[in-house]
Amino acid sequence: MTSKEQILAAVKASQPDLKELPSLDFFYQDNLNQDEDLAQFIETVEFIGAKTYRVNSYEEIIAQLQQDFDLKGKRVISPLNEFSTIAEKYTGADNHTLADAELIILPTHFAVAENGACWIDDHLFDERLMLFIPQHLAFVLKKEEVVPTMHRAYERIAGKSYGYGAFVAGPSKTADIEQSLVLGAHGPRSLRVFII
Amino acid sequence: MKVADHAQRAKEFNKDEKRVDWHDETLWFIRQKRDRASHNIPQWEELRNTASQIKNHTLSNLHHYLQEFERNAQANGVTIHWAANAEEHNNIILKLLQERNISQMVKSKSMLTEECHLNDFLGDHGIEVIDSDLGERIVQLAKEPPSHIVLPCIHKKKEEIGELFHEHLGTPKGSADPQLLTEAARQSLRNVFLTRKAALTGVNFAIAETGEFVVCTNEGNADMGVHLADIHIASMGIEKLIPQRRHLGLFLRLLTRSATGQPITTYSSHFAKPAKGKAMHIILVDNGRSRQLGRPDFRASLKCIRCSACFNTCPVYRRSGGHSYNAVIAGPIGSILSPNFDMKKHADLPFASTLCGSCSNVCPVKIDIHDQLYKWRQVIVQEGYADPKKTVAMQVMAKTLASPTMYRIAGKAARTTLKYAPFVVNNKLNAWYLHRDMPEVPKSSFGEWYSKNRKNND
Amino acid sequence: MKVALFIPCYVDQFFPNAAIATLQLLEKYGCDVTYPKNQTCCGQPMANSGYAHLTGGCDRNFVDNFKGFDYIVAPSGSCVLHVKDHLHDERFPEEAAKIRATTYELVTFLTDVLKVESFDASFPHKVGIHQSCHGLRGLKLAQMSELTAAPFSKPVHLLNMVSGIELIDLGRVDECCGFGGTFCVAEEAVSVKMGKDRVADHTLHGAEYITGVDMSCLMHMEGLLHRDNSAVKVIHIAEILNGGVR
Repeated sequence: MTSKEQILAAVKASQPDLKELPSLDFFYQDNLNQDEDLAQFIETVEFIGAKTYRVNSYEEIIAQLQQDFDLKGKRVISPLNEFSTIAEKYTGADNHTLADAELIILPTHFAVAENGACWIDDHLFDERLMLFIPQHLAFVLKKEEVVPTMHRAYERIAGKSYGYGAFVAGPSKTADIEQSLVLGAHGPRSLRVFII
Repeated sequence: MKVADHAQRAKEFNKDEKRVDWHDETLWFIRQKRDRASHNIPQWEELRNTASQIKNHTLSNLHHYLQEFERNAQANGVTIHWAANAEEHNNIILKLLQERNISQMVKSKSMLTEECHLNDFLGDHGIEVIDSDLGERIVQLAKEPPSHIVLPCIHKKKEEIGELFHEHLGTPKGSADPQLLTEAARQSLRNVFLTRKAALTGVNFAIAETGEFVVCTNEGNADMGVHLADIHIASMGIEKLIPQRRHLGLFLRLLTRSATGQPITTYSSHFAKPAKGKAMHIILVDNGRSRQLGRPDFRASLKCIRCSACFNTCPVYRRSGGHSYNAVIAGPIGSILSPNFDMKKHADLPFASTLCGSCSNVCPVKIDIHDQLYKWRQVIVQEGYADPKKTVAMQVMAKTLASPTMYRIAGKAARTTLKYAPFVVNNKLNAWYLHRDMPEVPKSSFGEWYSKNRKNND
Repeated sequence: MKVALFIPCYVDQFFPNAAIATLQLLEKYGCDVTYPKNQTCCGQPMANSGYAHLTGGCDRNFVDNFKGFDYIVAPSGSCVLHVKDHLHDERFPEEAAKIRATTYELVTFLTDVLKVESFDASFPHKVGIHQSCHGLRGLKLAQMSELTAAPFSKPVHLLNMVSGIELIDLGRVDECCGFGGTFCVAEEAVSVKMGKDRVADHTLHGAEYITGVDMSCLMHMEGLLHRDNSAVKVIHIAEILNGGVR
């Protein structure tokens, strides 16, 4: 008997009679309101340590980033063509070469108002490490792409096929030392969300 | 004499009352953050109810979901392994590493690998494992087990961590600034991430429908390790399954709010397929879980999502510290999980509680923790793991209290003793009297008063 | 209405005033009260220690004493919860089931059955309420701080009808005092620390009295207060509601 057979047999012998899977309808009785959802998203994501900017164009984003960072001689990376004046594209085969990335700018699919998270999967970028390796991370979010809750978020991606995807909420952080919050544990020290 | 063990270690911990106060207040602060976060969600109790039902359903159909998960994960290009016990789990990992001539691995938080004592096992085989979660790294450097499943070094003061980092990471002596210490760990671990070819993670949730799994961290350490390595090994207990991706909506709403009061962890990474040119392996581990599933009174403990809310709310945990439990998982949930692994060793744990019930109330999947503590007590006594002296005392007590005559004699005797020979009770052999006075002795019992004052019922 | 008075063993022996106050309160509100004289103990001390299998004698004695009444009322949350959850008698299963359903802790009986709307009582003191865990989380005497649900409190509802009383706020509204039955001696260090912390919350907020529905928690805290020569006193809620001027 293989371990698989052994485990499955033990589970089958031990599991109780089938219990019903509950309906989730209750959690979809919400009122969708784009303006309120966006306002809540901004409030929440700022509370968890990110910065947000309402912008009308990619030029504005570039100007803001140049104001916030001294990017001279620093490595900036983005898969978006709109940032070609300040950023290179990553096309390499060895992601270890991203170790010196100062700033990475990524698009996102949508954001979640209740917790400040942005969803991004590999339909929008092809190197998973880019979310984690740079000193600073910036997201571009379309202002109409905010859902109120995680239930609505999974409604968006319920049938989607991806290799990897993540909800990212704020900069990397830790409070392991005496519950003192420190931003920039292993991943980005800051997160900017540009709402366009 | 097993029953005294937690008590003895807790007594040690209580020798430094200031430290107990600090530990208690730090964890109570997290309980308060959890309260604020959950009270902000009007549907909170519905979320708990529904999440609990999803877990109940999954456990009742686990045989099916395990196979569905395997099929879908394999279709995604993931290799699935099955491990009946800790030894098999460890050997699978050793083989995967040896086949690739890998002698160093980076690991993010996984209570399952703690349960399997993986680090020691791999160390004995010449493989170095570095824990990348900051708290886990700290206890690893201190050569201690974690004292809390979410906050592994919550028992340590920053000065002690500063000392440790001075010794191991070269931070300035006497420096205890969390910002500075975290930065030192960041620099040191970044180098680890960039040089490791294998990364191991735990699994928070695995989705039968899609074959993917989700790992939640705040630091980003799991992903840093995984994406820079050639092989990602994910260890998961078979109880981590949930049926569908959309069920994550509930669990991710509950998990971090219950754990730390954050609305969600910084990263909730969904791993479905290996990245190009890389390998992904999942080890499905039983190690006693199917046995627990077969115990009707205790199977609900398998619903646990490891949020640690029950630790933070437990008045006993907060005042005895994680190490007093002498178990991989401490706190109330550990006290109902551990006896399944080793009833004799952990016979003390179900008694390390006042059965106050706060644990069951904060549990995001509504595990009846305090009721299970009560039930484990019965099992442990029945299986013969109780102190024989206690058993004799209980038999005498039961006999006395079952007989109105004996009860009246004993009650009178107790009051007489307290009144006329208090030294028999008021001494250091009486654990009550060490720090508490005995009640004052009334003139008569209520029964005696009643006979005098309510003649009609006599 | 025929009411049987259930006085837990330790209340009978050490806190007769709480029992007398309970009896007088019930009589005041028109109950036909009987104290079955051969009652002893509900069996909880054994059951909570893992010896539920030794409680058959207590259970049978309890059923013999308490069958045939409309209600059974006790000045204790903990013992009532034990009866409601665990009382069984293979000789009289139906009687046992009826007892489980009709056994009440005093405060709940006053609010839910007698629906008392006023007390002739005065207690001009600052009072802290100790929420005993079994009363709170077992019998739902008040909303539990862990839940996202509307607040209510049956003890507060009743105490607010007592003239002159001032109820104080606490830092932690419903944390356990650490008594826990045999826990108080088996886990002496943690039990004492929990008790000290609970008492300190009351004293720091200016309590002159600590009250509650469970004499066992109050006995534990009283032991600590006495040892500390504190002026703060404990008093069972029945004694306050029954007139209360001390």
